[in-house]
Amino acid sequence: MLVRIAGNLARFVLSLLAATLAVFALMRVLPGDPAAIAAGENATPEVVAGLARQFGTDRPLPVQYWDWFSGLWRGDFGVSYVTRTDISPLVADKVQVSLILVTLAMALALALAIPAGTIAAVRHNRPSGAVISAASQLGIAIPGFLLGIVLVSFFALRLGWLPANGWVAPGVDFAGFASRLVLPVIALAGVQSAILVRYVRSAVLEVMHEDYLRTARAKGLSPLGALVRHGLRNAAIPVLTVTSVQFSALIIGAVVIERVFVIPGLGSMLLSAVANRDLLTVQSVVMVLVALTLVVNLLVDVLYTIVDPRIRAAAQGER
Amino acid sequence: MSEGHEFHGEPLLRVENLGIAAGSTPLVSELSFSMAAGERIGLIGESGSGKSLTATALLGLLPEELALTGSAHLRGFAPELFTAGDKAMRGLRGDEISMVFQEPLSALNPLMKVGAQVAEVMLVHRTVPTRAAAQRRAVELLASVKIPDPAQAAGAYPHQLSGGQRQRVMIAMALANDPQLLLADEPTTALDVTVQSQVLELISAQVRERGTGLLFITHDLAVVANMCTRVLVLNKGRLVESGDIDTIFTAPAHPYTRALLAASDISATDARGRLFTVDTAAGYVPPALRTEVAKEPAAGAPERSVRPAGDGLITATNLGRTYHRARIRAFGPRPVVKALDGVGFSIAAGERVGIVGESGSGKTTLLRILAGLDAPSTGSAVVAGTEVAGASEADLAPLRRQLQIVFQDPMGSLDPRMKVADIIAEPLLVPGHKLDARGREAAVHRMLGLVGLEPESASRYPHQFSGGQRQRISIARALVNRPSILVADEPVSALDVSVRAQVLNLIADLVDEYALTLLMVSHDLSVVRHLCDRVIVMKDGRIVETGDTEQIYNNPAHPYTAQLVASSLELAEELAPNP
Amino acid sequence: MRNARRTPALLAGAAIVALIAAAALLSFVFTPFDPLQVNAPARLQGPSLQHWLGTDNLGRDLLSRILVGARITLLVGVVSVGIAVLIGTPVGIWAGMKRGAVEELTMRGADILLAFPALLLAIMFAAIYGASTVSAMAAIGLASVPGFARVARAGTLQVMNAEYVLAARAAAQRPVRIAARHVLPNITGMLLIQCSVTFALAVLAEAALSFLGLGTPPPVPSWGRMLQESQQYWGTFPAMAIWPGLAIALAVMGFNLLGDGLRDWLDPKLGRGKA
Repeated sequence: MLVRIAGNLARFVLSLLAATLAVFALMRVLPGDPAAIAAGENATPEVVAGLARQFGTDRPLPVQYWDWFSGLWRGDFGVSYVTRTDISPLVADKVQVSLILVTLAMALALALAIPAGTIAAVRHNRPSGAVISAASQLGIAIPGFLLGIVLVSFFALRLGWLPANGWVAPGVDFAGFASRLVLPVIALAGVQSAILVRYVRSAVLEVMHEDYLRTARAKGLSPLGALVRHGLRNAAIPVLTVTSVQFSALIIGAVVIERVFVIPGLGSMLLSAVANRDLLTVQSVVMVLVALTLVVNLLVDVLYTIVDPRIRAAAQGER
Repeated sequence: MSEGHEFHGEPLLRVENLGIAAGSTPLVSELSFSMAAGERIGLIGESGSGKSLTATALLGLLPEELALTGSAHLRGFAPELFTAGDKAMRGLRGDEISMVFQEPLSALNPLMKVGAQVAEVMLVHRTVPTRAAAQRRAVELLASVKIPDPAQAAGAYPHQLSGGQRQRVMIAMALANDPQLLLADEPTTALDVTVQSQVLELISAQVRERGTGLLFITHDLAVVANMCTRVLVLNKGRLVESGDIDTIFTAPAHPYTRALLAASDISATDARGRLFTVDTAAGYVPPALRTEVAKEPAAGAPERSVRPAGDGLITATNLGRTYHRARIRAFGPRPVVKALDGVGFSIAAGERVGIVGESGSGKTTLLRILAGLDAPSTGSAVVAGTEVAGASEADLAPLRRQLQIVFQDPMGSLDPRMKVADIIAEPLLVPGHKLDARGREAAVHRMLGLVGLEPESASRYPHQFSGGQRQRISIARALVNRPSILVADEPVSALDVSVRAQVLNLIADLVDEYALTLLMVSHDLSVVRHLCDRVIVMKDGRIVETGDTEQIYNNPAHPYTAQLVASSLELAEELAPNP
Repeated sequence: MRNARRTPALLAGAAIVALIAAAALLSFVFTPFDPLQVNAPARLQGPSLQHWLGTDNLGRDLLSRILVGARITLLVGVVSVGIAVLIGTPVGIWAGMKRGAVEELTMRGADILLAFPALLLAIMFAAIYGASTVSAMAAIGLASVPGFARVARAGTLQVMNAEYVLAARAAAQRPVRIAARHVLPNITGMLLIQCSVTFALAVLAEAALSFLGLGTPPPVPSWGRMLQESQQYWGTFPAMAIWPGLAIALAVMGFNLLGDGLRDWLDPKLGRGKA
């Protein structure tokens, strides 16, 4: 089991490494010299050269990569070419906001999807199951930002029940923090739970056809008892996979939701950096988002190992 | 053998007019039988006969889509079983009626320790007071089904046990609450022969000891003869015949029973040395009635005039094949599995050789290496003049013209998206082959005729054929290019008995007609005995014995071979008049 | 056996997709109004006989803009799915047939690319090259490659393990022929499903990108941009958001239903109770 987790860790580190290379190649090598971009179109070569020296972009690319990479290792993203301010403290600030949003949304999505999907599977040939399936089919088609717009128009602007947008730190005004969180979390969780319902449903349906569930029934367990005692843990394995995939969708979905609700998270930071052509900030935020995705993948891989004894002793024959 | 019917009074189980239907299609109809307490009844039939559905119906676990009619009564249980409702039936399941399924790996929860799974059935029915007592009792039960080190086994997950051990766990679970009735649905079909005989012995001993009624479902007549006192023969959902083992197997009244019996009895052949099939069953004489004189020439492969000559057409020297498993320790070496280990033999042109062994013996790996589909890790194999070890695809071209292969799964070995004509013609579509489209078409039609299929078959797809017909298509494909060597990997083990005999006859005919060298892998000793002159016995990647078929069967030298021969149930032996 | 009537999802999905395609085609020859024509006096009107869906804050006809917006949606979808199929499928088949180091490397590569969702990659491209339809298509297409590579590889592994491929190899068939005759026909169904699902994701990504102002630049109408332009009027004139929102949801649902329908239709196991 520990071998397996060590393997997961090793793969995580390698993926992270590869991701830094990919981000660096995309953001730093492809677009050309950031100094020229920062200096503007009408700058003289001398100005550009001066900026390049200041940014360090006149050095060879491997050196620049190493510089950036070793900075990452220390948690230092460097200084923005555009705003000339340190990026790291900003990122640290924003990442908390985004994490709160994403984690709550995932928790809500799972809390809705697991029971709903299970019911949809158990009652798959009854109306209640069909209603849940149809609702999830509909839910998948409504992107988070669209749901957000609908929620804002109705609950905030029409009914005035909740604030339409903004953000307050929980330490400052918890009630304000919570009330501003409700709509964006629902908007984010909506699609996710619709997607997850489908996976939970098909995982449970699959498990319901397994031989060991028939064995459990042959022992005298009730249909529900058999499902709860023998089915759900087995069904959790494919659902875990999807959860890890959907987490990355959620992280990127939050970028758009932050725009709808004017929330100062990583997404807003990313978009304003794009608007300002602040490439180093874009590069930093992208790296953080990708790293978050990889961390979640790692956690899910480790969870697998704990849930499934077969993986613990997996014998991967090379055939 | 038969203990007679000393039971009186109310039967243990009485089934009347059982009918199961999917919509308007009847799957089982008008099935009635009764079982005395402690009686052992075999329910036999081929695939699609409705035998498993019958057992599932008795447990009340038929899928909701299927309609169930008729009635069933269990002694000591007032309500009628089919209308009792799930709540009442739950009280019976696992307590008064329990079941052992065919595939023990999928029938056990992969995420739960087996001890807990055995304990659960006692906790559900509260036949033990506490969880701890249930655990203790589970270990005792595991000991009673002869699992080595039961305390440790109780803490194992299903994937950590062998197939036979898993089935023992299932039996322990089924017998935990001393049920009146045990339903066993092909409980040994997925197991190796040596394991099968042990598991059958275990079931037999346990039900006799406890006086449990046994309904034993199987397609294998030899197993029924070994296990049961009475048989019900099911064909297409209808009971065609029932009665004592001795009566049914010596004087079958119904033509279907006779056909099934004839086709199952591989030791019996007709005047031409061919196995009996449904069509020729009329001439079949059941083994118990056979005189010694009639028995002798019938046994084994028919004598052939052509004897193999010359040296090895296939020569293997010190063949090895290893696979690597995932590491157990982070930086330790990767564990190595030796699928083949120092295998050497030589086969002459015209020989018919059978490779016999249980799962994991390396027989399939060996076959694939000889066919150039897998590469050996060590050693050398020269097949029809081509060295297989380290050969590139181009090097193998001559071998590909000489050797063709027939696989076990008649569905999986035909591409579902290709027409039969294209499937059969595939070996002709190699670069440098002379035949044009018309020539290929003619070849396909010739082959279809040879394997006994209609010419119209050419334009159909594989799913439109039955298992036996699909295996005929495979054979046609293998022989279209006129190879000199035919290798067959379990060619009949996925087929029903009545079809099995026909396909074996076809292979025997074609091997004669094409003067083929036959190399066949099988777990079924009787099939090899019928078809092959020589046998190679394998175990754990090594050859343990090799020799003439009859000598190996009658006078095995190696203890493992002896065990294998003793374990394999042959109908003729099971039915032979008691010594 | 394969009766389309037994899979209503397939019919519904196909109908919706056909409707959107028809709208896009129609918009080339006819729209009720010029979708770009500003008409200040007629701004923020509700549905009328003249303007079936009403007008936006600049008095432009919403129906005309929705019809023309379908073009961008379909264009981005078709091109990005095309990129993903053309790159992902051969890579996946190659990995599945070659096995070993080739497989390990390509699949690890696919895993890493999977950490960059379509929208993130599109935002990066927009940051580098500026917002444009081309960079959106390239980014969404590239981000969808690993999905196809994985599906193609999984299908190929399944086919390569089938005995009919062993039989073909024993009959001296070349790898390229095996790929063309056995692998590709047998994984086409899975690839079709993946196309459909990817198309839905591409529609979503394009809409989000346009909503963020990083998609097709104005004045070309796109559904996501129409949503963005409606932002100030969510409380007062929601129709401006409702119509493009409905269009996006309909398109996504159409392609999802098509994918589900194909899955049911192609599933050989289907025959018992339809879920």
